[in-house]
Amino acid sequence: METQLNPIPSLAELAAEGKVPEVVFWVGCAGSFDDRAKRVTQQIARILQHAGIHFAILGEEEACTGDPAKRAGNEFLFQMMAFQNIQVLNGYGVKKLVTGCPHCFNTIKNEYPDLGGHYEVIHHASLIQELLDSGKLSVRGGAFKGKKITFHDSCYLGRANGIYEAPRQVLEALDADLAEMKKSRAHGLCCGAGGAQMFKEAEKGVAEVNHVRAEQALETGAEIIAVGCPFCHTMMSDGVKHHNKEMEVKVMDIAEVIGHGLH
Amino acid sequence: MVEQVLFILMLTIGVGFFVRSIGKIRRNIFLGRPLQINDRKPERWKTMARVALGQSKMVVRPVAGFFHILIYVGFVLINIEVLEIVLDGITGSHRLFAVYLGGFYAIAIGFFEILAVLVMLACIVFLARRISGSPPRLSSSQLKGWANTDALLILGIELVLMTALLLMNAAEGAMPGAEVAPFLVSSLISPLFSGVSAETLHWIERLAWWFHAAGILGFLNYLPFSKHFHIVLAFPNVWYSNLEPKGKFANHQAVKREVELMMNPEAEVQAAPAESELPVKFGAKDVQDLSWKQLLDAYSCTECGRCSSECPAHQTGKLLSPRKIMMDTRDRLEEVGRNIDAHGKEYSDGKSLLGDFITEEELWACTTCNACTQACPVNIDPLSIIMDLRRELVLEQSKAPGSLTAMFNNVENNAAPWPFSPSDRGNWRQTSH
Ligand code: SF4
Ligand code: SF4
Repeated sequence: METQLNPIPSLAELAAEGKVPEVVFWVGCAGSFDDRAKRVTQQIARILQHAGIHFAILGEEEACTGDPAKRAGNEFLFQMMAFQNIQVLNGYGVKKLVTGCPHCFNTIKNEYPDLGGHYEVIHHASLIQELLDSGKLSVRGGAFKGKKITFHDSCYLGRANGIYEAPRQVLEALDADLAEMKKSRAHGLCCGAGGAQMFKEAEKGVAEVNHVRAEQALETGAEIIAVGCPFCHTMMSDGVKHHNKEMEVKVMDIAEVIGHGLH
Repeated sequence: MVEQVLFILMLTIGVGFFVRSIGKIRRNIFLGRPLQINDRKPERWKTMARVALGQSKMVVRPVAGFFHILIYVGFVLINIEVLEIVLDGITGSHRLFAVYLGGFYAIAIGFFEILAVLVMLACIVFLARRISGSPPRLSSSQLKGWANTDALLILGIELVLMTALLLMNAAEGAMPGAEVAPFLVSSLISPLFSGVSAETLHWIERLAWWFHAAGILGFLNYLPFSKHFHIVLAFPNVWYSNLEPKGKFANHQAVKREVELMMNPEAEVQAAPAESELPVKFGAKDVQDLSWKQLLDAYSCTECGRCSSECPAHQTGKLLSPRKIMMDTRDRLEEVGRNIDAHGKEYSDGKSLLGDFITEEELWACTTCNACTQACPVNIDPLSIIMDLRRELVLEQSKAPGSLTAMFNNVENNAAPWPFSPSDRGNWRQTSH
C-alpha cells in the first residue's frame, strides 16, 4: 500500500514557530518502534492529513505512558513516566490527543487526570468514525465491498472504556460484511497481551490465549481480522500463523482498512 | 403455653447466634484498609436495583438466570409465610393471617405453594447441573471440598424446607372440618393422609410446623458460614461497586506523594494527611492490606465461577482463577478472624494471603482484561486484588519475573518497553515503502 505522507511536525518545531496544533497524535511505543505497527501509524497519519487535520507528534519527547509498568506492579515507574509526560504536555498547553493504541488511550484518559494531566483523548477508531460521520473523510467500499471482516475487541477499548460501536461503524462504512465472533463486545476474549503479558513468557498452561482467540476469529470465516491495538495486532497475527492461515487471512488495523478505502 | 415458651427460646437463641455471626463478619471486613465510597449516590441506588435486585448480570446466561430468579423470588415471597409462622409461634395463635385475610388467605397460601414447587424445581435443576458436571465451572472437579458440599447442602436444605411447608399445609387440609384449607398444591397430596386419624394429622401438622420453623432458623445461622450469604451481601456489595471505567486503575496515593517529592524536591512537603498514621505500604501481602471493599467482595462471592469461565488465563489452563482469588481471600480472612478470637488482635500466625494462599504464578498470569469483573453477577473485582498483590511483589519484595524487570529497565532508560533509542521515535515518518 502506498503511503505518501506530507511532512509531520513535532510539537517542539511548531512551538518554535509559535504555532499550536489542533490535535496531538500520541503514537505510542509500539507504533514508534514495531515495524508492523509503524505501518499502522503511517496510515493513521495519512488519514489525519487526508481529513485536513493539523496535527503534530511529540517525537523524542514522547515517553511510554507507563501502562505496562503499572499493570506489572511497578506503580513508581508508572507515576514517574506519567509525571514526565504530563509536564511535557502541559508545557505545550496540549488540549486534545489522538492515540494509536488503546493502552495509551486508557492510561492518559483515565489515570492521568488524577496526576494533573487533563486532556481530551480519543482513540483513532473513534476519531475515524467521527470524521466519517462529519463527512471530513469519505471512503469507497471498493476492495472490501462484501468481504467478510471480523473485529476483535481490545480489552482496553471495549470492556475498559465501553467503546464497541465506533470500530464496527467504521468497518460498515466500507460495505464490508461484518461477522461477529462467538465471543465479542463485552464478552470478547483477550488476545493475551495485556497486563504486561506482551513482555514476558506466558505461564504454564494447556494453550496460548492468542491461539484460542485466533481460532475464534477464524471460525467466522472472515478474510480479514480487524484490530485497533498494536498488541492485539501482533498476538492475532501470531495466532493466525499458528493455525497456518496467514496466506488466506489478514490481520489489519482499522486504520489500514480505512487507509485502503481512501480516495 | 409450653409450646410458646419453647418457640420464643428457640427464636431468641437462633436470632442471637445469627447476630453474633454477622458481628464477626462485620469486624473481619473492617480489618481492611479504610476507603471512602459515598459519591454518586443516585447512580449507586440504580445500579443496586438493576444488578442486585434485578439480577441483570445473571440473565446473561439465560437458563441459570431464569431458575435463579425462580429460587430468589420464591424464597423471598415465601418468607411472608415465615413471618406468620413466627407470629403464631410467639402468640400461640394458629394461622394468624387467616383471620385478617378471610377468603383471600387460601388464595395467598396457594400462590406461595406454587412458588414452593417452582423453587423445588429450580433446586432440582441446579442439583442436576452440579452433579452432572455441566457446566464444568460448577462440577466437583473445579469446586472441591467444602465449596462443593456447601453448594449441595444449600440446595438440599431448600428442598427439605419446601417439602416441610407443603406437608404441613397438606396435613392441615386433610383435617376434618379444616377451616382455612385446602390449598391449591398441598390439597393434591392430602389424599396421602386419607384414613389417618385427626389426632395423628394434628401431630403431623405440628411436627412439620416445628421442623419448618427450626429449619428456617438453622438456615439463617448456616448462611454466614456459606457462600449463600450472598443473598444478603449482594446488595451492599453492588451499591459500593466500582462506577469508574473498568480500565481506570486507582493511582496509589502514597506513591504519588513520593514521586512528587522526588521530581520536585523544592516543593513544600505536603503535610501528609491523617491516614498516614498507618505504615505506608505499596502493596498488599495479607488481607489487612486490602481495602474493606475488597474484603466485602470476598464475603459476597457466590463461588459461581462465571469469572473464571471467562478468564483467558483460566481458559487456557493457567493456574490463575479469579474465583479462587476471591475464595482464598475469604478463607484467609476467616482464618485471621479465628486467630483474633483465639489469641487477640496482635497475634500473627506467620502466614499471609500472598504466598500461603495465592502464588506468584497465579498472579503473573493475569492479562488485566477485566473479563472477570464484567462476568461477575454481583460486581466483584478480583482484578484489583491481583493488582495489589502484584504491587507487593514488585515494590515491597522485588520479585518481578526477569523479563518484566528488563521491561522496567527499558522504560526507565529508553522511555519505551523495548531497548530502542528515544531519538528514533519519529523515524516512522520517513516512509520507505
Ligand atoms: S482480569 Fe485477570 S483474572 Fe480477570 S479475567 Fe482477565 S486475566 Fe482473568
Ligand atoms: S467473583 Fe463473582 S463471578 Fe467470580 S465466583 Fe465470585 S460471584 Fe461468581
